[in-house]
Amino acid sequence: MKAAQNGRTKEVLLVEDSPGDVRLMQEAFHSANPSIHLYVASDGMEAMAFLMHEGIHVHAHQPDLILLDLNLPKMDGREVLARIKGDVRLKTIPTVVLTTSDAEADIAKSYQLQANCYLSKPVQLDAFEALVKSINDFWLTKVKLPQKRQSG
Amino acid sequence: MRAIQADGRPMEVLLIEDSAGDVRLTQEAFRIADPSIHLHVVSDGKEAMAFLKNEAAHVHAPRPDIILLDLNLTKMDGCEVLAHIKSNDNLKTIPTMILTTSEAEADVVRSYRLQANCYLNKPAQWDAFESLVKSINDFWLTKVKLPQPSHVE
Repeated sequence: MKAAQNGRTKEVLLVEDSPGDVRLMQEAFHSANPSIHLYVASDGMEAMAFLMHEGIHVHAHQPDLILLDLNLPKMDGREVLARIKGDVRLKTIPTVVLTTSDAEADIAKSYQLQANCYLSKPVQLDAFEALVKSINDFWLTKVKLPQKRQSG
Repeated sequence: MRAIQADGRPMEVLLIEDSAGDVRLTQEAFRIADPSIHLHVVSDGKEAMAFLKNEAAHVHAPRPDIILLDLNLTKMDGCEVLAHIKSNDNLKTIPTMILTTSEAEADVVRSYRLQANCYLNKPAQWDAFESLVKSINDFWLTKVKLPQPSHVE
């Protein structure tokens, strides 16, 4: 199925250090849309290596959408966001901040850094699933995304 | 789903659109999605900037929570309006959505490069248009955490 939909299968990069949240996200995306390819980077350095095709990520695909936690080890989510939005090649990738923080300072700072939108991670499982479904319905169905370059 | 700010204030949406027909359709679709939303309409790019900077007739205009921006506008085109918004420290935090009939890849890429928050195609059919406005309301005005308006000097 994924081969037949080549070029249409949406690829999402999740930058998240909590294994529990990664697991929940994988399950929620699987039930929202099983054709999505979800890649996971567990810290900011790995996220940048993935996006810049460095190290073991030399063949990494450019994602259609990035879901970015703010509190990450090695390189903080705010710095990852600043680097994505300061890079001519990466800045067109919609980057959604997804975090437990409700702090107005984090919200304002993320929009200053040109996050495409800011979402609070719900604690309750059904609300979490509903949010992932909304992300799929809006960002991966309604929104017109820029076409991707070939990775390489 | 009802969109309302934590402080109980209604959501303010700025629509920048020069087609009177599309303005009418957007007003009806928002009224169906959530009648409490305040939808403000300006019909060209220059007036949009006056609204956002509280100039001339717009001295009492509220700061919008989100902006819906058509690309093909008279006087100042949509990309220029977007570039002005996203290079202004006070305005750049307002989520700005491109809502246009253009499907040209060049317009899509240019909009994301100028830091549009998202790019949406205006559907020709009423049902699809109504459903898109409902999605904008459900996602941006109820799910997304929007920045609080900073104090206006």
